[in-house]
Amino acid sequence: MSKNVVKLMQGNEACVEGALAAGLQFYAGYPITPSTEIAEICSAKLPLVGGKFIQMEDEIAGMAAIIGASLAGLKSMTATSGPGFSLKQENIGYAAMAQIPCVVVDVMRAGPSTGLPTAPSQGDVMQAKWGTHGDHPTISLTPNSVREAYDLTIRAFNLSEKYRTPVFLLMDEIIGHLRERIEIPNPDEYEVFDRLKPTPNDKNYKAYAVKEGEIVPRMASFGEGFSYHVTGLVYDEYGFPKTDTDVAENLLNHLMSKIDNNVDDIITYEETQTDDAELLIIAYGGVARAASKAVKECREQGMKVGLFRPITLWPFPEKRVNKLTQKSKKVLVVEMNLGQYVIPVHRVKEPDSKVFQYGKVNGEPISPDEIIKKIKEAY
Amino acid sequence: MSLGSPIVKEYFRSDRLPHIWCPGCGHGVIMRGVVMAIDNLKLDKKKVCVVSGIGCSSRASGYMDFNTLHTTHGRALAFATGVKLANPELEVIVVTGDGDCTAIGGNHFIHAARRNIDITTIIFNNKIYGMTGGQYSPATPLHEVGTTAPYGTVDPDFDICKLAVGAGSSYVARSTAYHANQLIKYIQKGIENKGFSVIEAISGCPTYYGRKNKKGDAVDLMNYYKDNALDIKAAEKLPEDKKVGKFLTGEFHHEAKPEYVSEYMKIVEKVQKERSENE
Repeated sequence: MSKNVVKLMQGNEACVEGALAAGLQFYAGYPITPSTEIAEICSAKLPLVGGKFIQMEDEIAGMAAIIGASLAGLKSMTATSGPGFSLKQENIGYAAMAQIPCVVVDVMRAGPSTGLPTAPSQGDVMQAKWGTHGDHPTISLTPNSVREAYDLTIRAFNLSEKYRTPVFLLMDEIIGHLRERIEIPNPDEYEVFDRLKPTPNDKNYKAYAVKEGEIVPRMASFGEGFSYHVTGLVYDEYGFPKTDTDVAENLLNHLMSKIDNNVDDIITYEETQTDDAELLIIAYGGVARAASKAVKECREQGMKVGLFRPITLWPFPEKRVNKLTQKSKKVLVVEMNLGQYVIPVHRVKEPDSKVFQYGKVNGEPISPDEIIKKIKEAY
Repeated sequence: MSLGSPIVKEYFRSDRLPHIWCPGCGHGVIMRGVVMAIDNLKLDKKKVCVVSGIGCSSRASGYMDFNTLHTTHGRALAFATGVKLANPELEVIVVTGDGDCTAIGGNHFIHAARRNIDITTIIFNNKIYGMTGGQYSPATPLHEVGTTAPYGTVDPDFDICKLAVGAGSSYVARSTAYHANQLIKYIQKGIENKGFSVIEAISGCPTYYGRKNKKGDAVDLMNYYKDNALDIKAAEKLPEDKKVGKFLTGEFHHEAKPEYVSEYMKIVEKVQKERSENE
């Protein structure tokens, strides 16, 4: 095995490198701080590998174009930040409904509205879950390091191809703009999953029928000889609009269950000293780095504190969080918002455990000292 | 054209017909124009992709037997841009309406034109929002009526063809549902043009536009288009008083100029060549 290449790299840059490793061939987007480097690097690198980059007229168009490109058979991505993520929600819903694989990177900045464009936040956690209208499945991954930005971008593509749904890489500005030394993994160190396609001569191909033993319908690319219809209306197994109540119910059940039935495959997390923790911290993304340091210092001072770091934010790791609150009677959720991820924690915790939240939205990252202070107050 | 005709069998999804359009609607004539143009050009069906937005016109994509993509309101051209750039072999045709294309989709429209990307856009202009029940659109003539302009509009309508030319389209023409053969010819030329082509097809909406504005029934609307369409070449020779109350049809613009995808692919080839030389 060849030696790994070591590089000093920014989170946004690692995201592009990971995307290319996963097979990215198409990027469409609109410039927005603090995600712009992703577009800039894609514009330089994609033509070199025979891929395509286009700067669209707005965020909505960027989302639309990657859906079109994915239907034409290319692995596609866009990147944005808070206000742009809001604009993309219309077509994110379309991708969820029509089951089009694609990756959307949201480098979270402080909001609402234009907010603090260059400052970090984790204010889009609930937008990632509920941003588009109607019930829909959501997969969101959130990295806490530059290397993890690389790895999770590959994973975002794999999950989107496997489950035929848009997948969000929810970075915060801390990770997006952080520069770290990373070892670039060799291709034999990671898996790349490509969408399942119908066999070329399949005369009975139904664009939206799921074959027995498979999770999602097989996806033909436009131009491969399968003439089929794609719509955002409720559709039947051929992809044509239908208003029958049973067709609507079956479709919505399929959209939700393809994710709900596979949470063990989708959900990943990391735990530090949770076994005997009397107080459990839940933190993700850039904040988890400060939380990790706080846990270490508290342990040195004799406090039984542990850290649960969700890597998959959505679907919510509810089984594991419930299990942990059976032992840790106190939970402190630390996040750069005024209480978003704490909501599902409240929902799934054991009744006798107490949940606290510490949030900060002034544009400053949360420091280990602040977390230690909050731990001591709650402990 | 009956359901048993060879054209219907070849190009339509017969099991999805009849269509949802009202009796007397001009959209069926325009949809037929699209498939007749495709048939005349002997395009490979497998390589044709029809993209639409939302509204009465946009339901056309579901009836035609190609790679079809029925998208979100106003966004057809943005989706189509992704399809075309991702696979330039596809002949991408967008079917859209006046509201879909020039109101909610106006930004995508002018930028697709500016890029001169090789997409043919057929705008079914019925001068009203039909699907939602007759609200006025950017193409509703000034002072005419819609359900959201009960006393008449105060905002002037777009000249869609002038907008298309101004934004950079390389082929722009206008015809009507009455002038069915001329319409086929224009759509054909639009598809043949390597660049962004716009064909504005005036369509009668007797249910809302005609009724609200007391323009009569479907036949009256057709007669209106027959009697008042004035070819741009003929208009050049007419004195001003003969043009009053008429509207212009014909080919407004046709120029050869660089097309977006071809230009982008030149960049791809260039940088790949430079890289292989440096290695």
